Amino acid sequence: MAFLGLWNYWVVIVLMMIGLYIVIARDNFIKKLMGLNLFQVSVIMFYVSMGKVNGGTAPILPESDMVEEVAAHNQPVTAGHLSDTRAFAHHHEAHHGGHEVVAEGHEGIVYSNNLTHVLMLTAIVVGVATTAAGLALVARIHEGYGTAEEDEIYKIDLTGAL
Amino acid sequence: MSTDLAIILSFLLPTVAGLSTALTGRWPNARDSLTVLWGVLTFGTVLTLLPVVNAGGRPGLVLWEVLEGLPIAFEVEPLGMLFALVASGLWIVTSVYAFGYMRGHHEENQTRFFSYFPLAITAALGIAYARNLFTLFLFYEMLTFSTYPLVTHHQNATAQRAGRIYLGILVSTSVLFLFTAIVWTYAIAGTTEFTVGGVLAGKASGWPVAVLAGLYFFGIGKAALMPFHRWLPNAMVAPTPVSALLHAVAVVKAGVFSVLKIVIYIFGIDFLAAGSYSEWLMWVAGFTLLSSSVVALKQDNLKARLAYSTISQLAYIVLAAAIATGDSVVGGGMHIAMHAMAKITLFFAAGAIMVATHKTEISDMDGIGRTMPITMTAFFIASLSIMGLPPTGGAWSKWYLALGAAETGQYLFVAVYMISSLLSIAYLGPIIGRAFFRPPRADSHHPLPEGMKEAHWLMVVPLSLTAIGTVVLFFFANNVHDLLAPIAIGG
Amino acid sequence: MIQQFPVLVVVAPLVAAPITLLIRNRRLTHLWAMAVAWFTLFVSANLLHEVLTTGPISYQLGGWAPPWGIEYRVDTVNAFVMVIVAMIASVVIPAMPTRIRLDLAPERMYLFYTATLLFIAGLMGITVTGDAFNVFVFLEITSLASYTLIGLGAGRRAPLAAFSYLVMGTIGGTFVLIGIGLMYQMTGSLNMADLAVLLPGVQHTRTIMVAFAFITTGVSIKLGVFPLHQWLPKAYTYAPDLVSALMSATATKVIFYLLVRMIFTVFGATFVFGVLHLDWLLLPLSLIGMFVASLAAIYQTNIKRLLAYSSIAQIGYMTLGLSMVSVAGLTGSLVHLFNHALMKAGLFMVVASIFYRLATHEIADMRGLGRRMPLTFAAWVVGGLSMIGVPGTVGFISKWYLVLAAIEKGWIGIALLIVLSSLLALVYVWRVIDVAYFQSPPEGQADRIEAPPILLIPTWILVGATVFFGINTTWTVGVAEAAARQLLGVMP
Repeated sequence: MAFLGLWNYWVVIVLMMIGLYIVIARDNFIKKLMGLNLFQVSVIMFYVSMGKVNGGTAPILPESDMVEEVAAHNQPVTAGHLSDTRAFAHHHEAHHGGHEVVAEGHEGIVYSNNLTHVLMLTAIVVGVATTAAGLALVARIHEGYGTAEEDEIYKIDLTGAL
Repeated sequence: MSTDLAIILSFLLPTVAGLSTALTGRWPNARDSLTVLWGVLTFGTVLTLLPVVNAGGRPGLVLWEVLEGLPIAFEVEPLGMLFALVASGLWIVTSVYAFGYMRGHHEENQTRFFSYFPLAITAALGIAYARNLFTLFLFYEMLTFSTYPLVTHHQNATAQRAGRIYLGILVSTSVLFLFTAIVWTYAIAGTTEFTVGGVLAGKASGWPVAVLAGLYFFGIGKAALMPFHRWLPNAMVAPTPVSALLHAVAVVKAGVFSVLKIVIYIFGIDFLAAGSYSEWLMWVAGFTLLSSSVVALKQDNLKARLAYSTISQLAYIVLAAAIATGDSVVGGGMHIAMHAMAKITLFFAAGAIMVATHKTEISDMDGIGRTMPITMTAFFIASLSIMGLPPTGGAWSKWYLALGAAETGQYLFVAVYMISSLLSIAYLGPIIGRAFFRPPRADSHHPLPEGMKEAHWLMVVPLSLTAIGTVVLFFFANNVHDLLAPIAIGG
Repeated sequence: MIQQFPVLVVVAPLVAAPITLLIRNRRLTHLWAMAVAWFTLFVSANLLHEVLTTGPISYQLGGWAPPWGIEYRVDTVNAFVMVIVAMIASVVIPAMPTRIRLDLAPERMYLFYTATLLFIAGLMGITVTGDAFNVFVFLEITSLASYTLIGLGAGRRAPLAAFSYLVMGTIGGTFVLIGIGLMYQMTGSLNMADLAVLLPGVQHTRTIMVAFAFITTGVSIKLGVFPLHQWLPKAYTYAPDLVSALMSATATKVIFYLLVRMIFTVFGATFVFGVLHLDWLLLPLSLIGMFVASLAAIYQTNIKRLLAYSSIAQIGYMTLGLSMVSVAGLTGSLVHLFNHALMKAGLFMVVASIFYRLATHEIADMRGLGRRMPLTFAAWVVGGLSMIGVPGTVGFISKWYLVLAAIEKGWIGIALLIVLSSLLALVYVWRVIDVAYFQSPPEGQADRIEAPPILLIPTWILVGATVFFGINTTWTVGVAEAAARQLLGVMP
């Protein structure tokens, strides 16, 4: 059942479609914004699940490695290094393409890729800001038209002058 | 005076004239005398180049390189020399005439009128001196836009409509066809430089050349080849001096001049004739020539009849360009000068009649020869030139045009030339007949006054001068021919 | 100092924005915003000069080496775009105290300047960054700032227009994010240069094709490529006039740059045009867009809406040049970025001047304005001639390259379509001229109502530049051609 094996993608797709549907089908601007949120959240889910490596743990270094790690930080990094994002990619490719690259740390610990999670912090901020701007606009639309329903505003614009 | 300076001055002076007019608008007398002064200076400057060109020199300069291989550059060759002389020379006469007309007719916004007028001359001189297609195109568009305020001078609904047609046709054709043709030429030849013998020979052949020729012939809407001729009769709503200078001299002649120049220096007459690339255009030109003559017959408004006559006479030159032999292009070049001199006289006369008697319809002009003998005599002489009869300049240019057609065995088109000349007798002759041999009509809205009543002398003198000019050109046609002789062998 | 310039173009306006909040004084914040814009112009001009003389600059943010750290990479292409943005901002911001069509109390003007600075910071960020995720972040900063700016327009339709832009813009932005995620999944890299190296190895996969589709669609929504343009006319029409001037001249340019960058640098022209044949889609869409939008512009009664539709048509020119994938075509596109920025900003400034005096955007109300505001309307005529592409103006230069590119490909028909669509510009430009010069002004109105210098000077700087750069093209065409060669990987 490889089809359902990537169930996280199915969740993402379903969420995304629900979100898009709300944006398109609902006349209420607040609901549209909620749909938009849902749409953005689905992408956040997509990124977050992307970073998860099977059997991987949170990317926190064991204490004993700490000193060594810091020293190695600015050295040229080879594939398989912990902070190398490419390690994850190769690992992921292993799922798809089949050529085996083992992504393991010094101690044989498998880490999840934290980069995508970090990226999503920014995306969440963007989402919040968009929602805030959207809500502010809806408030002003409501001030101007006395409603936040698209079809009603359309009627007002058709009949009444500015 | 160095030739570089002369070239630059001949642009600068009309531009300065436009500015000085705009600034001295408050004092009409100062404004008008200055305009004449600038005109004389411009003509004088252009004249200093004549001996150089006659001696085989090709003075020129590069002003500024806009894009790689596309400089704004000038070079005075025989055809351009002739056109520059015609445009700048007739500008002086027209200016004088315009003072009489605009004042006699109590036109408004004279300052604006006299400010844009010289700008059109700058543009015409730019076209005359252009050394490449890009420069030509630049000034071609400048001419269109600078004459737009003149055509729409009256700013009423008719003028607005005429302005739309004027701009619509001229800009559309130039942007659609001429611009594309220029880029195409550049893509083929890598240059847009006017070169002796053309730039296309050996680089292109077959249908693209025929299409390219079509793009050029139709793209130069100012040459008024059918079906892009409608702007010309419409533009006649403009005040008569505009019709006279711009639509008998500067604008339309800029059109046919560009056609000739492109045929000679871009295609090369040998290349064009050898491949018969322009044969289909001969038919178009021939059709324009005859049909517009026929349409002219039916016009009762004098200016409209002259406008259609102009379309027909322009087609003479376009046909000559399409035939592309040495004699035909020389004849075309000569016809630019001959027709300009004659047609400007006719328009001057039409304007004088309108100002003096308020008549515009030919059927209303019975017996006017007795009231305005000088004007109508001038009209008669100029008509002879349009018909191609001696002792006027038109006789010579038509001779060479017909000769050129005959040389290539295009006897059909020789016949077209001849029939059209007959038609011109048919549309101009009756006007003279009515004027001199019929009694004035009693039912006219504008009854003729008793005795002689010519227009203001500022109008009569210029039209007499140009009428004399058509006769002078008959005797000095040789000089024009000699000036143009080099273009017959490719430049 | 000069080593820090690549980051300075972003950081200067970004840091200046919160400082504006602290200053609050109306006059001081205006001077401050102006100073920041001019400083940004100075820095980006320097960068362009640097790039042209010594080649691309790579700046590592925080000293982290790419592809792990964020790299700011300046080459001819984006240095050129940065100069355009900074230049337009420097000219338009000085006119902002006129507060045309702005729904904001004078004492809260600092908020307007803050949003403007954030907008510029975002645009600069998109342009300068070499990191794909960074692009998304700056794209959203720009968009959020522009929702705010549009929403500040007077009248209740402005927030409505801003909201519909917000919905479309967010969808577009999220699409880009999805695309970036898919690319990351396949390559493990977010650095554009690195992606360019890694992508060919996996480009046959469906994931990358989907990623490309998401990114192109997302960017096209934000750009307003036909038929994804619906939000654009509304936004430009109801935004404050000077915001329309600023946005039409900068935002579309930067986002077009992003499209170019994604296609040519990240995915590579061979993949995009050789394998996916984007040109088969983009070329007809561009042509249809040029005609549909120009025809729509002809029938508008509102002058701002007219200019907005004209912008959509002009975007068609740019994507058309791009889809021809030749040096001449791409040069035409890039030089048109610059040229269109000048003329559209100039024309919107004219509209702003008219609104300043007459409080109308209806063309019918402009009767006789040609005499009442001669200098303003002369600017419209010159800008309009440039839209048409009359020689001696910048419009001619762009058109020359586009038509040349089409003819070089042997596409005479397409060349004719390009010039035909530019003729439609004649109609919509002249409609306004007709009304302004041929109809007499309404009775009993003041004779001369020329716009104040604060509007007139920026207008004429822009319009004057359309003539200047129409004759002197050494700089514009030179840079655009170098950029086009760089993108196509053709050595001069």
